[in-house]
Amino acid sequence: MTMQSVGRPTRAEIQPEDGAQGHVGRGLLQDEPLIFERGRFDMTGVDFDGTADDADLGDLEGLVRAAPPALPGLSEPETLRHYVRLSQRNHAIDLALYPLGSCTMKHNPRLNEKMARLAGFADLHPLQPVSTVQGALAVMDALAHWLKTLTGMPAVALSPKAGAHGELCGILAIRAAHEARGDARTTILTPTSAHGTNPATAAVAGYQVQEIAQTADGRVDLSDLAAKLGPHVAAIMVTNPNTCGLFERDILEIARLTHEAGAYFYADGANFNAIVGRVRPADLGVDAMHINLHKTFSTPHGGGGPGAGPVVLSADLAPFAPLPWVTHGPDGFELIERAEGDAAAALGRLCAFQGQMGMYVRALTYMLSHGADGLRQVAEDAVLNANYIKARLSDVMSAPFGDGPCMHEALFDETWLEGTGVTTLDFAKAMIDEGFHPMTMYFPLVVKGAMLIEPTETEPKRELDRFCDALLDLAAAAKAGDVDRFKGAPFSAPLSRLDETAAARKPRLRWTP
Amino acid sequence: MRFTKDHEWVELDGDTATVGITAYAAEQLGDVVFVELPTPGAKVQAGGEMAVVESVKAASDVYAPLTGEVTAANADVSDNPQTVNDAPEASGWLVKIKIADPAQLDQLMDRTAYEAFLGTL
Amino acid sequence: MRYLPLSDTDRSEMLASIGVDSVEDLFVDVPAAARLPGPVDLPRQASEAAVERKLSAWAARNRAAGAGPFFLGAGAYRHHIPASVDHLIQRSEFLTSYTPYQPEIAQGTLQVLFEFQTQVSELTGLPVANASMWDGSTACAEAVMMASRVTRRRKAVLSGGLHPHYAASAYTLAHTSGVQTRRLAAAVDDEAAVIAAIDSDTACVVVQSPNVFGAVTDVSEIARAAHAAGALLVVVTTEAVSFGLLRSPGEMGADIAVAEGQSIGNGLTFGGPYVGLFACRNELVRQMPGRLCGETVDAHGRRGFVLTLSTREQHIRRDKATSNICTNSGLCALAFSIHMTLLGGAGLAKLARVNHASARSARDALAAIPGVEVLTPRFFNEFAVRLPKAAHVVVEALAKRDVLAGVPFSRLDPGAGLDDVLLVCATETTLPEDIEALAEALAEEIAR
Repeated sequence: MTMQSVGRPTRAEIQPEDGAQGHVGRGLLQDEPLIFERGRFDMTGVDFDGTADDADLGDLEGLVRAAPPALPGLSEPETLRHYVRLSQRNHAIDLALYPLGSCTMKHNPRLNEKMARLAGFADLHPLQPVSTVQGALAVMDALAHWLKTLTGMPAVALSPKAGAHGELCGILAIRAAHEARGDARTTILTPTSAHGTNPATAAVAGYQVQEIAQTADGRVDLSDLAAKLGPHVAAIMVTNPNTCGLFERDILEIARLTHEAGAYFYADGANFNAIVGRVRPADLGVDAMHINLHKTFSTPHGGGGPGAGPVVLSADLAPFAPLPWVTHGPDGFELIERAEGDAAAALGRLCAFQGQMGMYVRALTYMLSHGADGLRQVAEDAVLNANYIKARLSDVMSAPFGDGPCMHEALFDETWLEGTGVTTLDFAKAMIDEGFHPMTMYFPLVVKGAMLIEPTETEPKRELDRFCDALLDLAAAAKAGDVDRFKGAPFSAPLSRLDETAAARKPRLRWTP
Repeated sequence: MRFTKDHEWVELDGDTATVGITAYAAEQLGDVVFVELPTPGAKVQAGGEMAVVESVKAASDVYAPLTGEVTAANADVSDNPQTVNDAPEASGWLVKIKIADPAQLDQLMDRTAYEAFLGTL
Repeated sequence: MRYLPLSDTDRSEMLASIGVDSVEDLFVDVPAAARLPGPVDLPRQASEAAVERKLSAWAARNRAAGAGPFFLGAGAYRHHIPASVDHLIQRSEFLTSYTPYQPEIAQGTLQVLFEFQTQVSELTGLPVANASMWDGSTACAEAVMMASRVTRRRKAVLSGGLHPHYAASAYTLAHTSGVQTRRLAAAVDDEAAVIAAIDSDTACVVVQSPNVFGAVTDVSEIARAAHAAGALLVVVTTEAVSFGLLRSPGEMGADIAVAEGQSIGNGLTFGGPYVGLFACRNELVRQMPGRLCGETVDAHGRRGFVLTLSTREQHIRRDKATSNICTNSGLCALAFSIHMTLLGGAGLAKLARVNHASARSARDALAAIPGVEVLTPRFFNEFAVRLPKAAHVVVEALAKRDVLAGVPFSRLDPGAGLDDVLLVCATETTLPEDIEALAEALAEEIAR
């Protein structure tokens, strides 16, 4: 069998002493059950004007549900309390450095939120006559201009709703381009270090996936790439800087080999924060690249979403961009929603309406605030911060790919923990007790016990030092054999380690009465 | 009992082979939470994918050690995936296969050879 | 720059710690030819005030839905969102937190997702729901793919009442995997055509209720026909408030229910971000895309929640995942859940009735106009009318009078030959004077 032993326990190994219940529902941290355990089924916290009695439902006989949905309501005060209490159980960027590698947990500017809530943006229906939404189309056009200029690419598809959706958009455009030449190909190449969405997207788009090996210094193995390219390869999907936080120094050669084989270069733009304003993907030979607006361009992560994944496209791929397109016409901005004229080859729709307008407003606000000079500074400070952390931690923590500079994120592995009895997982959980959200762990898969740290540019030096001091303290404890500090961690979080095994064996995915 | 390099074990009784994953594999995977088994009647090839054993964070393919036709899948393991961790080489068996060629078994390791192999990992 | 905390002193100290002379040295691996010498050709940084002026100017060039009579639906609906919702989603711990991969410090998000899943399950009448998709249209596309995996069949029948954008999205996702979507001709009621189109290769039938023409259908017959052929029934709902009044998809025999959740908790926002709802029967859960939150206990035996059944997802299964989805629509799901908590089932039922009453008034007013024919006999809060002129011409003319009259069907499906059909929606935000203004303007425009 394939040995997928990501090799860590998925439930707590240490049981607490009898009687130790932990402190929940104390001081500022309030206990809070489910709404279904709180609310009343006849209660509603919303008032309505007028009444609407059942006599009006005669026309819907046989179609009406027998009773209202069995969901409780809460008054406004109770609702506020419920959610405020829950919010206190979340870590967040607004609390501390959130070092998740590959996620770009930068500050979410509040001006973005204010602008997104202007009635002219927030209270706008996507299907209003185009003459009544010229300002919205202008925002989309302006965002497109910024994205194209920053990347050096001539076209952009704005509608993808997230990074993975953008990947699909780019790969489908590539597929369409090959098919238009009567050259349908079967395979996509991705490095072994690729994010899971890359092979998943390739498979969804109907391609076989083949992996490209990695060199000892963490880059794409050129000779393996050259060996695997051929007339059956539609595209490569490469992240640059890569998921190990390293710039692919042979990127021009990677692009050249790919193009020579008649394939396209799809770039996963998740790590664009390292090079924004300093390097244009077009200059690296990229044909299509999605940009995570919720990473590089600061739209909020919101507990897991929503995101936005617009895709910049080369001239070759531009004709295949999905609908709708925003264009200039004689009477102002237009929305092309049909595959005809210039858009005859457009690959249809990826989703309803125009895409994530709320995220466009936020991202554009961010871009205008920073300007071209500010964005360049963003990349510099992001890279500086990551290298500073690497420098401060390298004496103790092992970096798998040597002492050279990293880009916007620093990668460590678990080699340095060997013999301590402490795993990457344990170390991460102990960071919680120091007030920090753990870094990305066990990704990329190519490194054993990976720890990927991305501070971003919005961290002050003071916070970087606080973070490094905490990690060095933990590292010293691990080396000194203080295993208890780690095995039972976290001790100071609202809950201790959860039994993920039980959750998967006997899934309970909703409350039942 | 015979073993593959991919940590499957086989026990032959007449022309029916019972197959599972070894104690070593079960240990490496951690808690098994779900097992995806083939339906009786499915044909399998030696070395081909036959089942999937899932832990919380990973899904591992189990390969058929021999060529044949699936005659039974272990319902116990479907209902209680924990059985694979508790008794991987006994009640935690996965699949029974009616095999075409018993001689294929000779190409697999015996327990001594398997244990020696484990020592090299 | 207000978002960049490092001072030049900091930078110098840090460079010294790293052991390089300048930040350029950290970009050493970038090919010289690709290094930009200076900022790209875009405006320089700007103050909050300047940025606000610019964005406000753009916003002012849009006619906000609430600024006058407004009757658009067709997949996005204008409802009153209580003030608490937007206030709560802006709390730092919700807004600036990440996917709950470290459950010990993410129980806020996880408990919300568990409550959300429960609410979606209850509303759709199906036992298990996921932690949200991007929107209704991509949820619909994923449902088609899921049905194909479950049944191992490669054809999907899409009702002519399905929102054309949804049908197009499903086609885009499906056809590259060899799943054929067959979209039936646009029709207010095509139950017979749907049933006739089912055969032994059909993985699923996709039916929307209320459909794009606003028609409410009992899909039980279609469910029976689909199941008899071994196919799944996917029911699509674009107006989530309708769950408060109408029989649920699960009750009528749906195997998978997908919906656009935008109506509850989330404003129109010109098309996104929205929130996709996805629910299914228990036996199908391992084929479900998207994140799932489950209940468990911690080491002290205290109840907690975790993301679970992760082996379905891309970060583990990679090219064998049920979908490539990673990011979901978490904050929009939170907004949905908060609004749903305030409403409760009883409140949603009341809201739905108010919507229906409002739409009936609008229907009565329009039906009284000579030349206007109401096409949808049984509707929730949206209906289709046939006009004596091209609907888009009428809509443009009324827009100049500041009346947003509805969605011309030709905007959604130009090839359907239904250019004289207008989709009209009225909700609890529609006032009697709005209906009067619409009727008056429409009558005048038709008479011209």
